[in-house]
Amino acid sequence: MTTETLEQRPAAATTPLVSVRDMTVKFVSKEATVHAVNGVSFSLDPGEVLVILGESGSGKSVSLRALMRLLPARKTVIGGSITVAGQDVLAMDERQLEDLRGGQVAMIFQEPMTALDPVFTIGTQIAETIIRHEGVSRAAADARALELLELVQIPSAKRRLSNYPHELSGGLRQRAMIAIALACRPKLLLADEPTTALDATVQIQILLLLRKLQQELGMGVIFVTHDLGVAGEIADRVAVMYAGRFVEEGPVSEVMLRPLHPYTQGLMGSTVHAGLRGTRLAAIPGAPPNLARLPEGCAFAPRCASVEEACRVAVPDERRPIPIHMARCIRV
Amino acid sequence: MDASEVQTADPRDRGGPAQPLLIVRDLKRHFPIKGGLLNRAVGTVQAVDGVSFSVMKGETLGIVGESGCGKSTTARLLMRLIEPDSGEVIFDGEPVGPGGMALSEMRRQIQMVFQDSYASLNPRLPIEDSIAFAPTVHGVPKAKARARARDLLAAVGLAPEQFARRYPHELSGGQRQRVNIARALALEPRVIVLDEPVSALDKSVEAQVLNLLVDLKRDFHLTYVFISHDLNVVQFISDRVLVMYLGQVAEVGPVEDIYGAPRHPYTRALLASRPSMDPAKRMTEPPLTGDPPNPINPPSGCRFRTRCAFAEAVCAERVPVLAGLVPHDSHLAACHMAAAGSGHSRAPT
Repeated sequence: MTTETLEQRPAAATTPLVSVRDMTVKFVSKEATVHAVNGVSFSLDPGEVLVILGESGSGKSVSLRALMRLLPARKTVIGGSITVAGQDVLAMDERQLEDLRGGQVAMIFQEPMTALDPVFTIGTQIAETIIRHEGVSRAAADARALELLELVQIPSAKRRLSNYPHELSGGLRQRAMIAIALACRPKLLLADEPTTALDATVQIQILLLLRKLQQELGMGVIFVTHDLGVAGEIADRVAVMYAGRFVEEGPVSEVMLRPLHPYTQGLMGSTVHAGLRGTRLAAIPGAPPNLARLPEGCAFAPRCASVEEACRVAVPDERRPIPIHMARCIRV
Repeated sequence: MDASEVQTADPRDRGGPAQPLLIVRDLKRHFPIKGGLLNRAVGTVQAVDGVSFSVMKGETLGIVGESGCGKSTTARLLMRLIEPDSGEVIFDGEPVGPGGMALSEMRRQIQMVFQDSYASLNPRLPIEDSIAFAPTVHGVPKAKARARARDLLAAVGLAPEQFARRYPHELSGGQRQRVNIARALALEPRVIVLDEPVSALDKSVEAQVLNLLVDLKRDFHLTYVFISHDLNVVQFISDRVLVMYLGQVAEVGPVEDIYGAPRHPYTRALLASRPSMDPAKRMTEPPLTGDPPNPINPPSGCRFRTRCAFAEAVCAERVPVLAGLVPHDSHLAACHMAAAGSGHSRAPT
């Protein structure tokens, strides 16, 4: 891809930035086939923030990685269709994928220490990304690296350019990783639990920074987390994932304040918050299903308090009491 | 406290209900940092620097703080898994150490549950053998220890006929943490130190384990020291809360006071940093800027002053004393703003 396409603003705001239809992801090995994602469809508009909420093993991170095809090619079978910024991701060859990654689409991770290269300075790592994608001179890239560190509010940015990752604190490292991700002005930012490993007082700083940058730069963001509070702070829309499917999806206020699916309701009930002292937490019994042996029908049925015979027969269809709020539950 | 009535019936109780079960006095541990050509000490991490607290019989003391504040080191010093540089631990009126309570006896009375449920179980032992291991070491006959292990599995919600012979890798994270709790109970301890016991669990499983901990405390007459970085969990489970910052106690008091009327600016910032569950009440400004400073060279005076919005000259000059507002106050804070006559412009007069 050339610089011109990068500079193009989305021609029509009506076309979605991301369009995913019936995405499935299977991990195939000799022992078992793990059905990590089982038919996920969604679209994301430019400048919109979608939070995918789910517990470990729900398929949220796998879905995110599938959008960039960051999964081991030999063992992974991706089905359905994935379109990002008008391009068919599943049809891309390695070269096109390299252009996409870090160019139009960037990703930030939970653990910056493993995402950053320990033997290069922060400044070098940012500049390298810009040179690779935009073909500018080293001097121009260095200047932009400084701008980026200032953008992510790293104090004494000029000095920090020559720091190695291990010389930075956890919060600064996470900011540096965000700076690298933003280096080529991506249209889409994928965030895989970027605040989970951080302390409470630092987590909120990074969340507010991401929200501010997203608004200023007009990026679309897909943010994966297990934390309801994070969704409450940053999401426009929320999708709740369970056993590889979106079981509920809608605007953040709808999903958080009027959850439809029993799993979402259970998640809200079992999340400890102020005012629950002395009460019994409404825990969801049991544990999420094994993805190598998914139950027939609704995957949540074995843990659901209001399960019926029909739940075990077929996977519930999407139901929409109002057009913008979807849940896969026959009782909706 | 109604729990104390139960405790007086405990034949192991010596000091009576008014005697704190645990008193920790001025616990200190500095770790040297080795480096350079001759591997000499080039600095020290003041991991725990003069921590004192007490735990009453039948209560849950929550310890909160960010990573590196010394909360886990405090737990390990308490158990003597790490040897303290100085300080003492008094268990039910008896000092632990030479001339007092033997270390092995103390470790029988205080048990610990760790965050990593997998690393703390022997992968080659069926879980009932893991649970029965410590009692057999302490002289309980094997058959009896095993029968008790099965009872404990039932008590933590794992059907013994289904789970007793399983290995740790055959269990989910939540189930493994239940096994660790059962194992901690095997020696019939009076105190359980729980170091981030639910932090690695999913929310739906976390709630199950928290409910279980509440039940077990009642059924086995336990006293908990509950360490966590999660303020909501600590509020749910604790009777009293201790807030740590860079190896020292910033504030301690009854849970309602700490959450309802915090006195230390760090506690206030920590509480304000919790994301709200309501999208209509989004935060606009972070309560604190920057990361916690490095414990290798902590700031002079009040260690929080570098991030505190109210810091004045006195904060750099003198270390604030952990004190209450009135005599015999149960709510203590180490802040010059809460100490009359400290020289801070916001101090009470």
